[in-house]
Amino acid sequence: MSNGNEEYGTDSSSDYTEYWIDLFLGIKGNEYYCDIDDEYIRDRFNLTGLNQEVSRVPTLIDIITDSIDIESQPEEHREVLEHNSRILYGLIHARFILTSRGLNKMFEKYRNGDFGYCPRFHCSLHPLLPIGLHDQPRFASVKLYCAKCEDLYNPKSGRHAVVDGAYFGTSFPAMFFQTFPQVIPIHTKDTYVPKVFGFKLHDYSKLNRWRELQRGKLEKRLVKQGIEINNVVGGFVGKNEEEVEVKK
Amino acid sequence: MSSDPEEDYVSWIQTFCESFGHDYFVPVSQDFIEDDFNLTGLSSQVPYYREALYTILDYEVETSEDQPNSVSGAVNSVATTTATTGAASTSATTANATSNGFNDNSRELPNKVLLARSAELLYGLIHSRYIISKPGLTAMATKFERNEFGSCPRYYCDGMHLIPVGATDIPGHETVRLYCPCCNDIYLPSSSRYLNIDGAFFGTTFPGLLVKMFPEIENQCRIRTQRFNSQDFGIKLFGFKINELSSSGPRMKWLRLYPSTEAEKEEYENCELGLPDEFEDLTGSESDMEVGEEEEEEEEEEEEGEDDDRTMASEN
Ligand SMILES: [Zn+2]
Ligand SMILES: [Zn+2]
Repeated sequence: MSNGNEEYGTDSSSDYTEYWIDLFLGIKGNEYYCDIDDEYIRDRFNLTGLNQEVSRVPTLIDIITDSIDIESQPEEHREVLEHNSRILYGLIHARFILTSRGLNKMFEKYRNGDFGYCPRFHCSLHPLLPIGLHDQPRFASVKLYCAKCEDLYNPKSGRHAVVDGAYFGTSFPAMFFQTFPQVIPIHTKDTYVPKVFGFKLHDYSKLNRWRELQRGKLEKRLVKQGIEINNVVGGFVGKNEEEVEVKK
Repeated sequence: MSSDPEEDYVSWIQTFCESFGHDYFVPVSQDFIEDDFNLTGLSSQVPYYREALYTILDYEVETSEDQPNSVSGAVNSVATTTATTGAASTSATTANATSNGFNDNSRELPNKVLLARSAELLYGLIHSRYIISKPGLTAMATKFERNEFGSCPRYYCDGMHLIPVGATDIPGHETVRLYCPCCNDIYLPSSSRYLNIDGAFFGTTFPGLLVKMFPEIENQCRIRTQRFNSQDFGIKLFGFKINELSSSGPRMKWLRLYPSTEAEKEEYENCELGLPDEFEDLTGSESDMEVGEEEEEEEEEEEEGEDDDRTMASEN
C-alpha cells in the first residue's frame, strides 16, 4: 500500500527531480544512445559548429544538464526547446561516442546486446552496432552494422526508423573496432544456394562459386602479406577447426 | 442445415492456420489431402497417423480419454464433455478408429495431447508437399506478394519480400528461416513467435521453386541490386576506408559482389562448372551437384545442421 502512495508522489513530480538525460534515454526508441558525461556537454570546445544546426545552444545545454528547468521558459517556446534539446543531444552524442569515455560506454551497450543481433542466419546472433550513412543530420535514419558479415541492416522496430543516423555518425563502427580489436569477429565462409529437390540451382551456384573465387583471392593477398587468417580475429573460420569446435 | 453449429463450424485446418505463429502456413486443400498419392510415405513418419489424418479432416477421433476402462469415471465424463462441446464434432461425420478395423484391445489409443501433436506434424509434412504443388505454390506466391513473410532486414535489399525455407526436410531438427532472393541469404524470423515453427513444414525446395516459377521475383531483385549499389559500402573512419591489411579491414565484400568489369564477367563465365585449379579447395569437399547435372548429390547439409544447433532452439 505504501508503495502505491509513493508512486502517486512521483507522478505528480512534486519534490522528486528527474534528470533530463535520464528521461530522454528512457523514451522508447532512444535505446541506442549512451548517457553523455555532463563535463563533455559543458565543454564549449566539444560543441564547435553545432550552433549552425540548432539555435540557442547555450539554453539547450542548460536544459540538457538540468541547469534550468524547461518549465521556467515561456510556454510557447517549450516545445521547440525540448525538440532542439533532443537534436543537440544527438549531435553531441555522435562526437562523444568517438572519445574514449564514449567508446567505453558504447562497448558496454554492445556487450549487453542493446543494439540487437544480426538477423543473418550464418552470423549466429552476432551483436550489431549503430551507424549513420551521413554525418549531416536529416539525411537518413540510423542503420545497424554487423562486423561479422560487414553488412548494414534496418533496425527491427519502427521506432528506431525515426532516429537520425547522424547521431551515431559514419565513423563510429570503424573507431569502435580500432579501439577494441579483440571483438573483431572471425568471419564465416558459409553461404546459401537455393536447392530444388536436393539440387542446387545452377545460376545461383555459379555466382556463389565466383564469389568464393573472389574470397580466395583476398585470402591469397592477405597470406602473401604475412597475415594470419585461419581462425583468428579478422580472419575466417577454417573448415577443419570449425568441425572440431562443434564436436567439443 | 443452417443451424447455428453449422455456421460457427471452424475446420481444424483453419484453426491451425489462424493460431498464434502459424501465419506462414496456407490452408491445404481438402482434395490434396484426400489424394493418397500425396501422402505417400507419411504414415511411417507420424505416430497415430490414421487418427491424425482424421483429425485434420475433421472426423471425430476416439482418444484414450474416451476409453472407460483406462480412465476413472469422473475424469472420463469431463473428457467426453470437452470432446463434444466443440461445434466441429457435432457436424463432423463419426469415423473413429474403432469403426475402421482397429481393435481397441490390441491397439492403444492416443491421448489428446499426443493426437494434437501428431496432427500438427502430419499437417506440416503435407504442407511442405502442398506448397511445391501448383495450387500450393500459387497460394504461397500470393502471401509472398502481400509481404506476409516479412521484408529482408538488409538495408541494401530495400524491403525485398522474404520466403520461408527449411534447412532440412526432416522434421524436428531446425526451425523455419527466411530466404531473401535479392541478397541470396538466410535470415531468422524477426519475431520470436516463429521460433518453434518447424522448418521442414516449408522444406528446402520451396524458395528455389518459387523463384524459378515466378520470374518476376528475380526481376525485382535485379532492379534492386542495380539501384542500390552496395559494393562501395565499407566502414570508414573520418571518410577513409579501412585498409585491407588491418584486421578490421574488409573481409566480406565477396559475399555480396556481382561481376561488373569485363574481366570479372569472363571470370564469372569460367565458373560455369567449377573453379580454377588453384582455387579448387575453396568449395571444400562438398560436391556441388546442380539441376541438370547427372551425378547424385552428396549430403552437404551436415555443416549447416551443426551450426544451427548452436544458435537456435531446435523443435521439440
Ligand atoms: Zn551479420
Ligand atoms: Zn536481402
